[in-house]
Amino acid sequence: MDAAEFFQYVIAGLKSGSIYALVALGFTMVYGATGIINFAQGEFFMLGGVLAVWFHGLGLPLPVAGIAAVAATALIGIAFERVALRRQRSASPLVLVIITIGGSMVMKSLARHLFGPDELSLPEFTPGPSVDVAGVAVERQALWVWGLTIVAVLLLAWLYRRTKLGRAMRACSISHDAARLMGIDTARVAMVSFGIAAALGALAGFAVTPLTQTSWDAGAAIGVKGFAAAILGGLGNPVATVIGGLVLGLLESLSVAFVSSTYKDVISLVVLLVVLFVRPQGLFGTAQRGKV
Amino acid sequence: MGADLRIAGLHVGYGRIGVVTDVDLHVDPGEMVALIGSNGAGKSTLLKAVAGLLKPSAGTIALGERDITGMPPEKIVRQGLALVPEGRMLFGPLTVDENLAIGAHTRPARDEGVASDRARVQALFPVLAERHTQPAETLSGGEQQMLAVGRALMCRPQVLVLDEPSLGLAPRVIAAIFEVLDTLRAEGMSILLVEQDARLALKHADRGYVMRSGEIALEGPAHELANDEQVRHAYLGGRPETRE
Ligand SMILES: Nc1ncnc2c1ncn2[C@@H]1O[C@H](COP(=O)(O)OP(=O)(O)OP(=O)(O)O)[C@@H](O)[C@H]1O
Ligand SMILES: [Mg+2]
Repeated sequence: MDAAEFFQYVIAGLKSGSIYALVALGFTMVYGATGIINFAQGEFFMLGGVLAVWFHGLGLPLPVAGIAAVAATALIGIAFERVALRRQRSASPLVLVIITIGGSMVMKSLARHLFGPDELSLPEFTPGPSVDVAGVAVERQALWVWGLTIVAVLLLAWLYRRTKLGRAMRACSISHDAARLMGIDTARVAMVSFGIAAALGALAGFAVTPLTQTSWDAGAAIGVKGFAAAILGGLGNPVATVIGGLVLGLLESLSVAFVSSTYKDVISLVVLLVVLFVRPQGLFGTAQRGKV
Repeated sequence: MGADLRIAGLHVGYGRIGVVTDVDLHVDPGEMVALIGSNGAGKSTLLKAVAGLLKPSAGTIALGERDITGMPPEKIVRQGLALVPEGRMLFGPLTVDENLAIGAHTRPARDEGVASDRARVQALFPVLAERHTQPAETLSGGEQQMLAVGRALMCRPQVLVLDEPSLGLAPRVIAAIFEVLDTLRAEGMSILLVEQDARLALKHADRGYVMRSGEIALEGPAHELANDEQVRHAYLGGRPETRE
């Protein structure tokens, strides 16, 4: 394999890696705010794509359809937290996990019912020939995926570091009781976190649909990958989560290059198992930092 | 500043297990009241109910004119009662300044009072100004306790409730913290102080309560309790059954 070919695989890895990163950020956010692993996170990805196709089909221009799909999915995320999870907050983690799995099944069957069983697609955001990046041809849509990922991550960093809401979210992820004693409405923080997590998943689904197509059942696979990436990043710090996503994308892509494409989808499961057994704090050891 | 806190016929527990039974206790405006008692007496349980972290099964808690029984903690702190919890419960990875900012969460960030309150807290505990960009978890135990008190003051409480602020600290640090509590009380803040170090607590407080197995066993002016035969025997015998 020559350098250009290798670089091609790296580009492909970073492309799927940024999608994993967005989905993984949704896992990390919800986990931080509520302690829940939301197994419906993959469905937000699916809804982003499917709803964008639907809005576009209604005649909305592509960017408007995308924004509408992201906003609608955010509302669905908020509704899911309020209706299915809020009253169960004191239930055991197992019960909460089962509720999120149930929620995921409901969203899936509704999507199939409303939008049909077929593959759905969107035009590229800016159609045209591939762009040459250091001798490698990169689809324009891949540049969109990266650009949107970078913007989303910067916005999230700003939210966490610079806003009162972000500070409240970090406080909740450290100690719920201490946050409440300071007047933080933890139920509201949980709700907003679900909304943002859903929007991130939907953004990923929307951005990648022109490349991969989507359908009612696209959520499960991406959910597993996003979860593996989040675990790899340590389920804590957002930067580590993004790196977790990119590393997972690269691992997959390089396994195709050097081993065989047969194993591509097994990588995330292997990563999950290895991390959980060998390094449960994630690559960077940020999960569950000590509480003072 | 300085509202009164009135607790009447309070029962609190964990699930089905009752811990605090039929407690009457009050703090008058501008008063410092000590609640003492041995390990497991139920002092922290009582404070958690006062701050809203536990729901009482019976009885009432009133703050000034308001009934706060069963209110969630995020509402109670808005009514003017702040708890410095057992074990401090700081936001460890966040900086000193961020911890103080979260103390002012109930107010808009641009509120001018927030900046002046922070300056005031830093005047009371100068070390919090020196270490303002340091993560809370990297502070010494004494500095952490000062931050916990400072963070609670950022809530602008009328009633300040503290759970064992002296625990595990060096005498010099304890003295600094109690000096601040004396200052606050002199300015009219009402203070409810739980302490295992009964001698220390009764030296600073106006009145005291002794809790035993979830009930109030004794109450009275602090100097009387300090001279009470039972109290001396059980809680003031030398340096009492102190702790790790
Ligand atoms: N989360 C809990 N669940 C069940 N029981 C608890 C819990 N926390 C405390 N208890 C019990 O309640 C009783 C009173 O505990 P509490 O912490 O209120 O005592 P305390 O007076 O604050 O003691 P200390 O001086 O050691 O802090 C103890 O018997 C304790 O075992
Ligand atoms: Mg206690």
